[in-house]
Amino acid sequence: MSATGTAAGPGLRRQPGRRRRADDVAGLGRVRAGLFVAPALALIGLFLVFPAVWTIYLGMTDYRLTGLAAANPEFVGLDNFATALGDDEFWHSLWLTLIFVLVSGVIGQTLLGFSVAWALRRVRGWVKSVIETLVLAAWVVPASVASFLWLALLDRRTGTLNALLGTEGTAWLIEYPMVAIIVFNVWVGTAFSMLLFSSALAAVPPSQLESARMVGAGSWQQLRDVVLPNIRGHILTNTLLITLWTFNTFTPYLLTAGGPRDESAILAVYIYTTAIPGGQLGMGAAISLIMLLINLVIALGYLRVARAASGGRR
Amino acid sequence: MRRNLAAIIAGTAAAALVLGACGNDGGSDDPTDGGGDTGGDGPVTLTITLNAIAGGKNAAEADWIENWVIPEFEAAMAADGTEVTVEFEPQGVDDEDYKTKISLDLQSGGGADIIGMDGIWVGEFAEAGYIQPLTAVGGAAVDDWDGWDQISEAVQNALSFNGERYGIPQGADGRVLYYNKDLFAAAGLPEDWQPTSWEEILEAGRALADSGVPIPLQINAGTAMGEATTMQGLLPLLVGTGAEVYADDQWIGGTDELREVLEFYRTVYVDEQLGDAVLQQEASGRDTSFAQFAAGEIGVLLEGDYFWRSVINPAEGVGTAPMENRDEVVGYTRIPATEPGSGINGQDFVSMSGGTGRVLNPNSENPELAWELLAFMNSPEAFEARAAGTLNITPRDDVNAELLSSDPMLTFVSDEVLPITAYRPGLAAYPEVSIALQEATEAVVAGDPVDDALTDYADAVAGIVGEENVNND
Repeated sequence: MSATGTAAGPGLRRQPGRRRRADDVAGLGRVRAGLFVAPALALIGLFLVFPAVWTIYLGMTDYRLTGLAAANPEFVGLDNFATALGDDEFWHSLWLTLIFVLVSGVIGQTLLGFSVAWALRRVRGWVKSVIETLVLAAWVVPASVASFLWLALLDRRTGTLNALLGTEGTAWLIEYPMVAIIVFNVWVGTAFSMLLFSSALAAVPPSQLESARMVGAGSWQQLRDVVLPNIRGHILTNTLLITLWTFNTFTPYLLTAGGPRDESAILAVYIYTTAIPGGQLGMGAAISLIMLLINLVIALGYLRVARAASGGRR
Repeated sequence: MRRNLAAIIAGTAAAALVLGACGNDGGSDDPTDGGGDTGGDGPVTLTITLNAIAGGKNAAEADWIENWVIPEFEAAMAADGTEVTVEFEPQGVDDEDYKTKISLDLQSGGGADIIGMDGIWVGEFAEAGYIQPLTAVGGAAVDDWDGWDQISEAVQNALSFNGERYGIPQGADGRVLYYNKDLFAAAGLPEDWQPTSWEEILEAGRALADSGVPIPLQINAGTAMGEATTMQGLLPLLVGTGAEVYADDQWIGGTDELREVLEFYRTVYVDEQLGDAVLQQEASGRDTSFAQFAAGEIGVLLEGDYFWRSVINPAEGVGTAPMENRDEVVGYTRIPATEPGSGINGQDFVSMSGGTGRVLNPNSENPELAWELLAFMNSPEAFEARAAGTLNITPRDDVNAELLSSDPMLTFVSDEVLPITAYRPGLAAYPEVSIALQEATEAVVAGDPVDDALTDYADAVAGIVGEENVNND
């Protein structure tokens, strides 16, 4: 990884520097350096590699939470993977996850977070503090508490939303389950984007903005030609983090439990309902592995984009 | 930033793997596992876990454990020279969540010494090796217990599997139709109601609807209510058609009888909208149905005697949706077959029964002492103390003979309902078939055609038990 990194900007680095980095800087020698790294490697092996291998193994059994298959799980090869990939419910869940990630994460959180940060960039004093605190509160409140608040808000009989809108008797979580969890997730996650973009906007050189104004650039032009190019890296990092978090989030389960009739069963929820209440631990592990692979693909995709972006800037 | 990305990938990978890591290699027999003291002569700790909690679900049972069982047992043991501490780990959640919790407890080799469970879970837990026959855990003292003579074979079967006793049942229950007499009077219906066919139930529902009752009929459906849908909805209707979920070594498939049941659901929830279809899909729909019945918004509700003694019970701190005027306002009547004589065994009226019980944990460090505690909890004195909170039909004939006559509802169940009742099959596949049945009702209630729901169910049940074990005629 470091080799390709330096290769991206060969002209900017001094040749000796590059050689030194590859050599034994600390003078430890291979064995002692290995000893220093060993605890970290052991931890990674124990908590990352072992569970990964274990998931692969479990995914190839018919292991269940109860019944005969719990006592004597049998090896079934790739059956679980074939069943999952041939199952409409899995694809339905994946499709819901895609919508959920795109709308609530990539579009909702990023846009709203950026808008708030942009709107607040010149505001100072208590107004800014109050707004930031409110947005942050949504992020800081524990998920269980937040979901309880939302259950109270959206309740069919005594919900605040129905009282405000005069729509008594509307069961939001039953009639619009996906919309409900998407709005909920935007609410929860906007704070992160806002914070990240706030600091990014503060780092945009004022001189560039000043020059842009001098030549008569409007707000939109400043945003497009000065601000966005400057914070491109931040946007990328933010989108990657949000995509992965949203892809893996389980909190919507607390609102809808995946229902009604799996209409809001995003992948993390689908795995849970399959593996734990459904008792099919082997199948759950198989889908977990598929989910892990999708995660890796997303992350690698962003890595490539990031590399191309940093290469292109030079 | 690149390094951060790598860290993020690693972190995400770890997160995605948490589920996989949850599985492990089954029960550990290591006696030093888990909390408490490790045997010997030192003080011993025993734990009890039940789906009961003070101030919440099954509050009277929780109070009884805390205020009677624990102090009395500790005192009795101290008198014998054994120092024992008993701890209660209360739960107050939906039965499905409770089942998940105890199966994970047992799977990981932990769990309380005495565990409360629904009799219908015994098969799958036993097959998984999570629980063992009482004698294998508690020793010879189990078979010598004098209480067995007082518990009828039918009741013992509720906690048995393959002919072996796995726990002590807590008594029988039965399902009836509850109705609100005030609403009935307003709709011009008789206060002493006894429908003799499904059509008469629907007629009452229509009359209630005309008089402005928000929810005339409430028959449990959907997966959110879990086993309550099967036990307090689909199965009592099914036995009214003359069929059973498991008969002649075959599971029910897409038969005409099941179609009749699903069509009844469709009439109630879709065609005539006598019931609240959305309620069936809500996460806490069952608790809401309790609250709405108590508030006089539901005309007719199919429920077990649990509803009478633990939900609408007006006694202080007992019911979760207490009705001050329960004894005057709430009527109960037997569930009719589709037509007179069309029920199983040619019956005019039908019901379903199940029962909970308590088992010993094979992982217990002090299994013999745990058995002593379990036997103590099922002594006549214990049931009498329990009855001071709320009365229920106990497993013991001697106790029932003495106590039941004080409650007309439980006497009704014992005299009129239990003789005509039916039981679920004690087979490990039942819980899965039950979920398939719940999904069929959910599809119908949500508006799917009955034919589609029936076909999907037949496919699902064939996938669970194998095509050859399904009766589709």
